[in-house]
Amino acid sequence: MAGDIAVVTLGMLAVAAGIAVFVVDSMARATFALLASFLAVAGILLALDLVYLAVVTALMMTMEMAVMAIFMIMFMMNPAGLMPMTMVHNARGSAVAGASVFTVLTVGIWTIDWPARQGTQPDDATRQLGESIMGGHMLVMLVIGIGLFATIIAGTVLATQRGRYDRFGPELDARRPHDPVAGGLPR
Amino acid sequence: MPDMTTPETVATSVAAWGLLPAVALVVAVALALGLVFAALDRVVVAGGDANAMAGPSRTVVRWLVKQRRTTLAPDRLLWRVATGAVPVLAVLSMAVVPIAGRTLWSTSADLVWFNAMEALLWAAVWLVGWGPNAVHALVGGYRFLAQGLAYELPLMFALITAGLAAGSLRTTDVVAAQADLWFVVTMPVAFVVFLASAAAFAFWGPFAAPAGADIAGGVVSELSGVERLLVEAGRAIFLGASAAMGATLFLGGGSGPWLPDALWHLLKTVLLMGLMVVAGRRVPVLRPDRYVEAAWVVLVPVTLLQALVVAVLVLSGMYA
Repeated sequence: MAGDIAVVTLGMLAVAAGIAVFVVDSMARATFALLASFLAVAGILLALDLVYLAVVTALMMTMEMAVMAIFMIMFMMNPAGLMPMTMVHNARGSAVAGASVFTVLTVGIWTIDWPARQGTQPDDATRQLGESIMGGHMLVMLVIGIGLFATIIAGTVLATQRGRYDRFGPELDARRPHDPVAGGLPR
Repeated sequence: MPDMTTPETVATSVAAWGLLPAVALVVAVALALGLVFAALDRVVVAGGDANAMAGPSRTVVRWLVKQRRTTLAPDRLLWRVATGAVPVLAVLSMAVVPIAGRTLWSTSADLVWFNAMEALLWAAVWLVGWGPNAVHALVGGYRFLAQGLAYELPLMFALITAGLAAGSLRTTDVVAAQADLWFVVTMPVAFVVFLASAAAFAFWGPFAAPAGADIAGGVVSELSGVERLLVEAGRAIFLGASAAMGATLFLGGGSGPWLPDALWHLLKTVLLMGLMVVAGRRVPVLRPDRYVEAAWVVLVPVTLLQALVVAVLVLSGMYA
């Protein structure tokens, strides 16, 4: 019963914080309203006894939001992002899209004939969940992971303005790289 | 492979002593550890006598009664939330540190919980810098995030290495796995990196650049009165909690001859605090741009190697 109340309360909190993202007028507030929404979801996972997923959600989302705040503010139209702003563009279209997706998901969740639990609750639900999601697909997951990592590195290499010729000269024979920020290692 | 089942089920302190006493004990121990760390720090920096030891307590009283000042057009909501969050997160990180052999709550992801509290600190510290609408505070907040990105992976690998050897992320299991041999023997790199990262996420000692004198105090520059007290208390509690966690993960927790477990754990914790303060105060403040490169190029591979060594030892039955 206490768990049900927690799930419902945190669920409403998550939705309310999600709405706040589009109501507040500063990028910092929008970012951390989104974080509050994610933390409420982490709280729901905690109430469902999925501790590992809950703390990992809190951990990852906090870092993500902190880094996102930097980039969002950096790329904003007004420097430092201190002027009032809004997250809403094409207000009517996005409202319709958001409301319809929410409706579809909610109706789906409440009308699907979920299977009843068979057997007893495991000691560590996280382990069971992980095995049922990943079990036979570990190799696929690993390959995807390495593929994603390679994509990130390739993307960074393509996007960076300075290459090795800028750092080590046209003959690549400079003893120390010519970098705008020197870095901490004697090279 | 180590035995994946829990060796012996240690009841949480909530189950043993009831919710309110258990929570009160964790809060009291957290505050005491923070005060002890601050006192040790003061003694090492200012020279040791009883007067210096009482310094932090006097500062607490002064900040409690001091009038608060504010800035022009601050983001008051985010600023207040952030200054309150710093000590709360520090105390919450103590929830998975065993006190007298029992943690406040015990889950299959204790080490991740400790790490998550420290990650939430990223948001809190950046907001402490953002809130006052002041340039030095904001620069300090950005410095903290740059440093955070650099220390986070080595810290995670250090925590995971201890969990790997124990075959469990539960702190009481990690202590039980050290019955024969303390983890510091086989994972010295993880031990040092953990303590250094603790100094980094409390932006203290060599990692104090986010609150550096060159930017007039950085993230803490616009804090005054009670808010200054909250943030500084949070930093001290995080350092004390990390010393207690370090003793738990690498020095066998409460294990030791003759004395009771709780006393051994306390002795090891105070020893680690002393080590951190003496070593940390001998190193000058590191410039974030320099530390960041060293962390990515040196610390990440070194901690990965440490994890690899421990993984091989686990497979060879070293910790079974």
